[in-house]
Amino acid sequence: MASFSRVAVTPQAADLLRRLRAEHGPLMFHQSGGCCDGSSPMCYPLGEFVTGPSDVLLGSLEIDGGPERVDGTVPVWMSVAQFEYWSHTHLTIDVVPGRGGGFSLEAPLGVRFLIRSRMLTDEEMAGLGMA
Amino acid sequence: MTVYAPPGQPGSPAKYAGRYDNFIGGEWVPPVKGQYFENPTPITGQTFTEVARGTAEDIELALDAAQGAAPGWGRTSATDRSAVLLKIADRMEQHLETLAVAETWDNGKPVRETLAADIPLAIDHFRYFAAAIRAQEGSIGELDDQTVAYHFHEPLGVVGQIIPWNFPILMATWKLAPALAAGNAVVLKPAEQTPASILVLMELVADLLPPGVVNVVNGFGVEAGKPLASSPRVAKVAFTGETTTGRLIMQYASQNIKPVTLELGGKSPNIFLEDVARARDEFYDKTLEGFTMFALNQGEVCTCPSRALIQESIYDQFIADAVQRTEAVVQGNPLDTGTMIGAQASNDQLEKILSYIDIGQQEGAKILTGGERVHLGGDLAGGYYVQPTIFEGENRMRIFQEEIFGPVVSVTRFTDIDDAVKIANDTLYGLGAGVWTRDLHAAYHLGRAIQAGRVWTNCYHLYPAHAAFGGYKQSGIGRENHKMMLEHYQQTKNLLVSYSPRRLGFF
Repeated sequence: MASFSRVAVTPQAADLLRRLRAEHGPLMFHQSGGCCDGSSPMCYPLGEFVTGPSDVLLGSLEIDGGPERVDGTVPVWMSVAQFEYWSHTHLTIDVVPGRGGGFSLEAPLGVRFLIRSRMLTDEEMAGLGMA
Repeated sequence: MTVYAPPGQPGSPAKYAGRYDNFIGGEWVPPVKGQYFENPTPITGQTFTEVARGTAEDIELALDAAQGAAPGWGRTSATDRSAVLLKIADRMEQHLETLAVAETWDNGKPVRETLAADIPLAIDHFRYFAAAIRAQEGSIGELDDQTVAYHFHEPLGVVGQIIPWNFPILMATWKLAPALAAGNAVVLKPAEQTPASILVLMELVADLLPPGVVNVVNGFGVEAGKPLASSPRVAKVAFTGETTTGRLIMQYASQNIKPVTLELGGKSPNIFLEDVARARDEFYDKTLEGFTMFALNQGEVCTCPSRALIQESIYDQFIADAVQRTEAVVQGNPLDTGTMIGAQASNDQLEKILSYIDIGQQEGAKILTGGERVHLGGDLAGGYYVQPTIFEGENRMRIFQEEIFGPVVSVTRFTDIDDAVKIANDTLYGLGAGVWTRDLHAAYHLGRAIQAGRVWTNCYHLYPAHAAFGGYKQSGIGRENHKMMLEHYQQTKNLLVSYSPRRLGFF
């Protein structure tokens, strides 16, 4: 049986996550909305951002290996309210040269995580229980 | 028409130093860890200065300076504080071109906007709060003929302010002016995308302020913004930005039991009723300009009118006229006063905008004009330019629900006023909205029914002091730009006084 996911990560972004994890320990994402650096994913040390009933876990990125040989996953969260408008799209976390972005961990490295989106297929929608 | 020379070039009114330290205690202080970061102009993509990469250690130094200055500043008379604000305004006015060109170079916005809006509005803002603090009064409650409740305004002490990059000097002023008027000392963290123009302002006004009353620490959000926002030494945090960081700042504030004000953006509807097209007159022309306001400041405005709702009965003709008006927007060198749209503030913003243009098309929205990155030649080749873009689609699409923060408007139809209200309010946010009509009954009904803090009626993108600005729903907490902001920077002290010599009789 095929497994379906809402989130993915590019190899470049995965490499950056390995580097950040070596420095900061386990990581998490929370997708932002609103002004300025909004509509972008924010990367924090795991637990720095307190999630609760108003958030939904979109999925966990498997980011294994890296120089520090720490295995583990990076959960990706979004607010429930925002998810109402995003639920039909698949998100891939990428990284581009950039400058700043809230308190996200990668900014001092001169890069910025970025969401690339595509429509979920009918099969994926069914597999995710949204048909 | 004028084309300004870039800062530092012969004939330019502005000049940037090669390096900037932090401004702490009235002096330029190198960062404790000795690190700096490069600051490029989005106009060319080239670095023009380097700026202190502040950390928690620098924030602590700034908090020391602010805590040292706050008691004395808080005790000065309103008259004296007002006079300082007026002097700052005068100094800015004397150097308006310098500040405007410096701001354009740091941010990428057209100099016609910084000359006519950003800097004049900032100047007026200082004058407004200089006046407001003089006019502010406490109150007296006469509880009975021998018991009186006196209410005094007291400053909070030291406040932290985190500034966005879309209007660096103006947004800093929106926060600084009321905080200083109310008698607080400030530690301010500019955005790392636009760290430099605020320092040009500080160079200009440093001699007017007692040392330590305003402290500016630059650096990255995670390294400098977070230590400021999470410090138990600040009595309040003010932030403009996005929702996830807004929540994080509230979380830190909850740990310290401190108040916050937050301005977190929107997805503002701009509503055009059928009667606007009743005549092809001056007002219709103004209406089309109102539509095109989505391109102001490259769309990098929290209240960008990024959803246009057009009544079905006039849709085809109105959108044809609107496309024509949008295609007349002049894009080019931001230092040319003829340029209407400049550069996006950073490369990652450019990439984000292009990613939304991509998902918009995937969702089935149709591009009516624009939709591409613009490659300007010559010195501007490395800059971050996007065509003004009009999408036609449905309100459920992500391009109608997320703040793209670029020159992108998503257009849809509505049938009647109830339908317009329903679509307008179908959003997580509630910061701004626009209503365009010749029918004052419809204007009033819509204005009251839309869940947003500011409803521009037959105008858009005006930001005068004395008109409260702030959000409903997820757009934030608090109101800036109005004397009510003073109370966001003040404590209430109640003296409850009995003038009766008689005991109560309990004991």
